[in-house]
Amino acid sequence: MSTNQSVSPIRPSTEAKGPPFPSPRARRVERTIGIAAAVGTACTVWLGLWVTPPDATKGNTVPGDLVRLVYIHPGVAWVALYLAFGLAAVSSLLYLWPRTRSLFWDRLAAAAVEVGVIFNICTLISGSIWGRPTWGVWWAWDARLTSTAVLLVLFLGYMALRRVPAEPEVRAKRSAFVALFASVDIPIVHFSVLWWNTLHQGATVLNPNLSPTIHGSMAWTLLLGFVALTLVFVWMLLVRYRIGVMEDWLGSGEMDMALTERRAEGVDPDGSADRAAGGRAPGVGASLAPPSAPAVPAGAALLSDAPTPTGPGAPGGPGAEGVAGAEGAAGDGVGMLPEGAR
Amino acid sequence: MWRDTLLVAGKDLRIEARSRVALSQVAPFGIVALVLFAFALGPDRSLMAKGAPGLFWVAVLFCTVLAVQRSVAVESVDGARDGLRLSGLDPAGLFLGKAAAVAAQLLVLEAVLGVGVVLLYGARIEVPWLIAASCLLGTVGLAATGTLYGALSAGLRVKETLLPFLLLPIVAPVLLAGTKIWQAASASGLPSDGNQWLRLLVVFDAVYVALGIVVYGPIQESA
Repeated sequence: MSTNQSVSPIRPSTEAKGPPFPSPRARRVERTIGIAAAVGTACTVWLGLWVTPPDATKGNTVPGDLVRLVYIHPGVAWVALYLAFGLAAVSSLLYLWPRTRSLFWDRLAAAAVEVGVIFNICTLISGSIWGRPTWGVWWAWDARLTSTAVLLVLFLGYMALRRVPAEPEVRAKRSAFVALFASVDIPIVHFSVLWWNTLHQGATVLNPNLSPTIHGSMAWTLLLGFVALTLVFVWMLLVRYRIGVMEDWLGSGEMDMALTERRAEGVDPDGSADRAAGGRAPGVGASLAPPSAPAVPAGAALLSDAPTPTGPGAPGGPGAEGVAGAEGAAGDGVGMLPEGAR
Repeated sequence: MWRDTLLVAGKDLRIEARSRVALSQVAPFGIVALVLFAFALGPDRSLMAKGAPGLFWVAVLFCTVLAVQRSVAVESVDGARDGLRLSGLDPAGLFLGKAAAVAAQLLVLEAVLGVGVVLLYGARIEVPWLIAASCLLGTVGLAATGTLYGALSAGLRVKETLLPFLLLPIVAPVLLAGTKIWQAASASGLPSDGNQWLRLLVVFDAVYVALGIVVYGPIQESA
């Protein structure tokens, strides 16, 4: 919701401020991390595919090259299961804590969950690719696989909840609670599936291919893979966070725009004659947008294809205060519309 | 807090006693689910008896979603939610009361479904107290989580679709524990195997009841 209460007659007030682009330094940091992530990933790919030796275990029916997945799969899982969801849980908790309540934590949690879900899916896919030749099945109801899948579903629910249009603060609180409940559930799910199926446990915790006497170059590649994937995560997190800030800005801008159009529509439904009439009957704008004004017309104006006056004919003056008041009072209903219309 | 709990639980149960929604809609739905499960597994009675514990708990989970939705729905008309908020009742008591009412309805449903499973699937129960304990503990957990998510989704226009999606993965441990305890209590199982699952249920209940007592107030404000 816009903090700027004075709605300028023609353009949304927030537009005058310009989008909240990050500072040049923040952009520089983001770019540096992005380049480092790309270089790290490229090095991991090169080391993993060409420099390190294939698995040479005697009598192994599995293709030796398959072991190269070890440079990707654990790293992806580390990012998804620990970094991303851990960060989401911590920042949700920090949002709920009154002293540290700030939309920063909410956006960070949202960004972490979204990136984490991507990494979680990658974990499941790369695990399946590895599991098919080694275990003979794409999916085993093993404890680790099961808890990873449940985790994915839990955070998909979080993302679904975030898509429900609401004011940023309401959405933030709601999502933070869901993240909290889900995080509390994770250890319980972990233990329950561990007890549920302990049969296959040995196969995943320490894959037979990953012996303690790991080759020197393999160990370094593995480590590099972890670092590179962590950098990829941080970069994606920064980009997603920036997008989140701009989305919120856009949402508040659309809010103002909808109100402007609503007011213009109220003065002249055809949107054509107000210039001729002067378009500035004192008090008209205010009377058309009382604090209890239903939110529907604003959304209808935004959604419909009917010509809406955005030109210089849109009225200002006395209407501005009335609309600004309606913005505050109509609350939830109005706040939902721009997102729904998007 | 306890007085408020009784007040709210009494109110919800009185509404249920007068409207009979759980009895005339949710319980029959559970029976329908049991019949459908039987169709899915074919007429093989031994297979059905084997799957009975899990099917029982899946049916209970589905009924939980319905019971929670009903529990939210009774507050959604006539500004009842705002009324409760303004009533000065302790939010913790409110949470416990709503959860207790859901739990009471679920226990009745479980009794119906339990009889249904025994009759329809030929499930065997060797250690009844173990199953009773699992039903009691599982119901507390289901009611607590359900009430929390119900309150969270109360103000949403998409609550009907979102609630099951959010709630069912969370209560997966209850399904697992309940099924395992029933298996332990059946002829082929060892009753002592059920102990760790009972402990798991106790932990689950304690976590979510405590969480609900603490956060129900803030959730209500935000919904």
